[in-house]
Amino acid sequence: MRLANIFNLGVKELRGLLRDPMLLALIVYAFSVSIYTSSRAVPETLNNATIAIVDEDRSPVSGRIATAFYPPYFTVPNLISWPEMDSRMDAGLDTFALNIPPNFQRDLLAGRSPTIQVNIDATRMSQAFTGGGYVQQIVSSEVDEYVNRYRQVQTLPVDLALRARFNPQLDTGWFSAITNIISSITMLSIVLTGAALIREREHGTIEHLLVMPVTPTEIMLSKIWSMGLVVLVASTFALVFVAQGLLAVPIQGSILLFLAATALQLFATTSMGIFLATVAGSMPQFGLLLMLVLLPLQVLSGGMTPSESMPEIIQTIMLAAPNTHFVILAQAILFRGAGLGIVWPQFAALILIGILLFSFSLRRFRRFLR
Amino acid sequence: MTDAPPVARLESVGLSFGSTRALDAITLDLPSGAMVGLIGPDGVGKSSLLSLIAGAREMQEGRIMVLDGDIADPRHRRSVYPRIAYMPQGLGKNLYATLSVFENIDFFGRLFGHGREERERRIADLLQSTDLSAFADRPAGKLSGGMKQKLGLCCALIHDPDLLILDEPTTGVDPLARRQFWELIDRIRAERAGMSVVVATAYMDEAARFDWLVAMDAGHVLATGAPAELLRQTSAPTLDAAFIALLPEDERRGYKEVVIPPRKPNDAGEPAIEAEHLSMRFGTFTAVDDVSFGIQRGEIFGFLGSNGCGKTTTMKMLTGLLAASEGTARLFGREVDPNDLEVRRRVGYMSQAFSLYSELTVRQNFELHARLFSVPSDAIPGRVAEMAERFGLTDNMDELPDALPLGMRQRLSLAVALIHSPDMLILDEPTSGVDPVARDSFWQNLSDLSRQDGVTIFVSTHFMNEAERCDRISLMHAGKVLISDTPAAITASKQAATLEDAFIAYLEEAIGEPEAPAQPDTPQAASAAEPHQQTVRDRSFDLRRMFAYTRRESLELQRDPIRATLAILGSVILMFVIGYGINMDVEDLTFAVLDHDDTTISRNYVQQISGSRYFIEHPPITDYADLDRRMRNGELSLAIEIPPGFGRHIARGTDVEIGAWIDGAMPSRAETVRGYVQGMHTAWLTQEMRRLYGDAATVGEFQLAIRYRYNPDIQSLVAMVPAVIPILLLIIPAILSVLSVVREKELGSIINFYVTPVTRLEFLVGKQIPYVVLAMVNFFMLTAFAVFIFRVPFTGSFLTFMAAAFLYAIITTGIGLVISTFIKSQIAAIFGTALLTMIPAVQYSGLIDPVSSLQGAGAFIGTIFPTTYFVTISRGTFSKALEFSDLASAFVPLLIAIPVLMGLGILMLRKQER
Repeated sequence: MRLANIFNLGVKELRGLLRDPMLLALIVYAFSVSIYTSSRAVPETLNNATIAIVDEDRSPVSGRIATAFYPPYFTVPNLISWPEMDSRMDAGLDTFALNIPPNFQRDLLAGRSPTIQVNIDATRMSQAFTGGGYVQQIVSSEVDEYVNRYRQVQTLPVDLALRARFNPQLDTGWFSAITNIISSITMLSIVLTGAALIREREHGTIEHLLVMPVTPTEIMLSKIWSMGLVVLVASTFALVFVAQGLLAVPIQGSILLFLAATALQLFATTSMGIFLATVAGSMPQFGLLLMLVLLPLQVLSGGMTPSESMPEIIQTIMLAAPNTHFVILAQAILFRGAGLGIVWPQFAALILIGILLFSFSLRRFRRFLR
Repeated sequence: MTDAPPVARLESVGLSFGSTRALDAITLDLPSGAMVGLIGPDGVGKSSLLSLIAGAREMQEGRIMVLDGDIADPRHRRSVYPRIAYMPQGLGKNLYATLSVFENIDFFGRLFGHGREERERRIADLLQSTDLSAFADRPAGKLSGGMKQKLGLCCALIHDPDLLILDEPTTGVDPLARRQFWELIDRIRAERAGMSVVVATAYMDEAARFDWLVAMDAGHVLATGAPAELLRQTSAPTLDAAFIALLPEDERRGYKEVVIPPRKPNDAGEPAIEAEHLSMRFGTFTAVDDVSFGIQRGEIFGFLGSNGCGKTTTMKMLTGLLAASEGTARLFGREVDPNDLEVRRRVGYMSQAFSLYSELTVRQNFELHARLFSVPSDAIPGRVAEMAERFGLTDNMDELPDALPLGMRQRLSLAVALIHSPDMLILDEPTSGVDPVARDSFWQNLSDLSRQDGVTIFVSTHFMNEAERCDRISLMHAGKVLISDTPAAITASKQAATLEDAFIAYLEEAIGEPEAPAQPDTPQAASAAEPHQQTVRDRSFDLRRMFAYTRRESLELQRDPIRATLAILGSVILMFVIGYGINMDVEDLTFAVLDHDDTTISRNYVQQISGSRYFIEHPPITDYADLDRRMRNGELSLAIEIPPGFGRHIARGTDVEIGAWIDGAMPSRAETVRGYVQGMHTAWLTQEMRRLYGDAATVGEFQLAIRYRYNPDIQSLVAMVPAVIPILLLIIPAILSVLSVVREKELGSIINFYVTPVTRLEFLVGKQIPYVVLAMVNFFMLTAFAVFIFRVPFTGSFLTFMAAAFLYAIITTGIGLVISTFIKSQIAAIFGTALLTMIPAVQYSGLIDPVSSLQGAGAFIGTIFPTTYFVTISRGTFSKALEFSDLASAFVPLLIAIPVLMGLGILMLRKQER
């Protein structure tokens, strides 16, 4: 193995990339515009949730409740009649429908514990869950405030001071910015190396390489370092200028440590790209395969939804994927300011997975060249 | 020749590609009923001219009248499509590799609207007259080059054209197959007297047999006339010479006849290449069968043979690219070993296709190869300059290889192969497709290398005049070497006049068949030559033509099992992944307590949390440092701190505060945790109040009864799966339909759409049908998977759901077809489609956030994107027990989308190449 060959072939890859404006545009887009817009466009967890109220009481309390819902969290409530409720919910017009029963206020003050019914369209997952909590809180506090004037006994003086650490406002934009950087790192590293290899084969240049004094290991390593470097530079840019700069995401930990982890992740994913390219016979097959690999990697790695709520078996399987460890690591370093002392198990896992993927891909690559 | 009006009349025709001028002010009449040849070097505009005449390319300047009408007029084109046949350049370019020979011809028959019986009769005739009958079931991709061209000819002749346009039909075809090809053309012309044929060719010996020639150079016509006339004009002995004489002065300069000095036989010593009993088997197929030969140092050794006879395989074994099944090969006395990098340094190899990096400039290609061959870095600039000088590339050092003409590119390949001064060159058909002038200068280079530098050259070729220049040649057929000797000795051994005759005699002997077997009997020929009028259909919409594309597309899908499997299983796999992955049920959250109080009441408080199914308690927190560490490494999602004297404060009724820290790194999870904790805190307070104050506490107490409708157990799967089906039914069918068109563009078979009577509507709908069917198969699988595996209850009208799915499948494939009209490469198609469909579908169609909660552009996209409405129908029928009457309003947008997309597709699809 000669380092000079690896270097020269890698420089060739970089020059080739420079000649492909379409691909360059894709890289730039993925690490700037895409991250910025998706972090800004995703609405807050609760935004304009549609709500309707069936007020059969028409008392001061029910009036208070109706006026407590307002934008941006909720739309201005529609005051509807009881029969309308079902059809409106069927048609998907309202996510929430409150039903305040007749004589609610009277029963409330008489200590008869009346019931307000909250109907939630549970097919609208995210809104249904978070919105449900908000509805409960709003109704309770309105009723409490009203009732306090008539109450005979004191409430318990226990307060709950809830604080979110690492992201006090629970700003989803921060989270999605980092998640998107991670997704782009995975996607581009696989696409760039895989497509580079398939292009060499489709243009017949791979055969040409093989009659020269270079070994398969050198060819593969050259693709890994060059494409990995491109993605590493792009992700540094995205992290420093887009996330930290434009989106003002506060980075708690060491960016250098994160980049070191990114390099390890790239080692694993670029190897995976080579592997996929050896499996796929043509570009369309590579494209379809890519979808089948990328989506599970992104969705099941814990980057989009917490992995602990996935079935046990999937959590176990996903331990073999580099993304799972990278996501844990990235969140720990970037949001929680964790140091190497805390995230070393993930580093170790990434190194191990990288080495396994690399040696496996190298074996396939050698056979592919036959 | 007849006195009939010309078959094509060109008036000041011009064509530019960007800044390159391909054709310039060409005015020309092509005689009808004759065999017209276009000759000239590569890249002079022959192909462009033919595609303009065929109507495959859009006119830019001037006028071309073909068969008495302006070819730029779409109405005239429609009426003459059935009278013109066009066979583009490239082996099997307009054929479909996975379809069998019969299916290929059958497809063309359908495109021209022939009925079943007529098709079968014509195909039988054509197959017989081209000797392809025995191979009717073989996939076109597995045919040899010569057979591919014959098949291409069959496809072109199926509709009895009046004008046959052939673009370099014999380039890359071996001499025997070439001879058979021209015999076939002669026979067909004899049967169809009025047919005009226009051919572009690089072979001057072929051109000599044509009736009338057009010599072209650099987008201009140099001369026209019968071959004899051209010879007389230039007083040259051969057409090759005549052509060179016709060239402008500056291009001719420096040209001289190639003379290879005889080799000095004193180069004794071990042979440079030795092959002993080499065999190569691929499965049961023997590509190379027991081949032995030896090549001396400094010798030029030629390899001749029909297409697919094993030449390339043998060469690859010698270079170590392939490991021989049996036998040994030795280079410079050392056995070929793929891991022996030393030998590779002494060999230069040039493969059949151009294989340098088209993304690197000429100079960068040179330098890369020099470095890889470990030329010392201080010697590289000198060596590069020397090579550039020697091969006349000095002025092109900073250009990209794609910008160079073919002949120059071949010179570049050779120069690069020589950059490390190898002792041996292995060249696989280095001059295929290169014009005579460039070929001669190439051979002059080879001669110099061999005679001056003593380089051993092992070269394969189809050109007889090149074979004659070799010191010795080997004839190969079906994996075996028939004979190895000097060209003169081989010619003499068969008492033949030329090497070509001798070569063909050897081949026929090996094949063991007489020449031109089974001449078609006259009655059959007559029937094939019957007037074509009975079948010419000129309908604006023809079901048969449309189904021709449907049938072909489905066959191709069947023959590509990987694509079909991925298409069907892919969506199920993705559904599984998303179903489990996008999960809103947050459970098994970890928490721990820092209890400064540690009394019954504080433990009671903690119990409230640890007893719920949402939380799992971890060992207590010891101090703040511990809390910090365990939250940083993500172990704890929630930390509770109970202050000292918590119980005492409650007893006294003084204010006290419980601290709770949530890990905010993942906001959606934090939101859920916050909701849970707040709920439990309230519940605990109420419970304590009752304990302390009894009934008095119930004043102001009320219940909030939450009903989760349509999904009472609030399972993510029930909510997600009905929304995921529309997304999966969008992405995969759209990508497949985009690829089906873009693939044809990339591989070149789109030309069949340009030059046949198929209309845009027929083409689009024909291509769409198989993918709609595939999408429906996907739909049934996904629904079954949702109901039986994920156990999502289906409560509404399935018929309604199915009807909507059918409309939706038409829409999603339609979206794909619209995208395909403006995308050219397959990889861009995959990315583009993913970007254009996935983002709106996932973010703006109500999968996670209802469309009503979106704002700005997202809200607008969500309102017009069809997925939104199918999501409504899917959720309505799955979870809300709705019928058609409840959902009718969601069908309207779907019904509108179909004609809109089809209209867009027809508007944007081009029926000609630009």
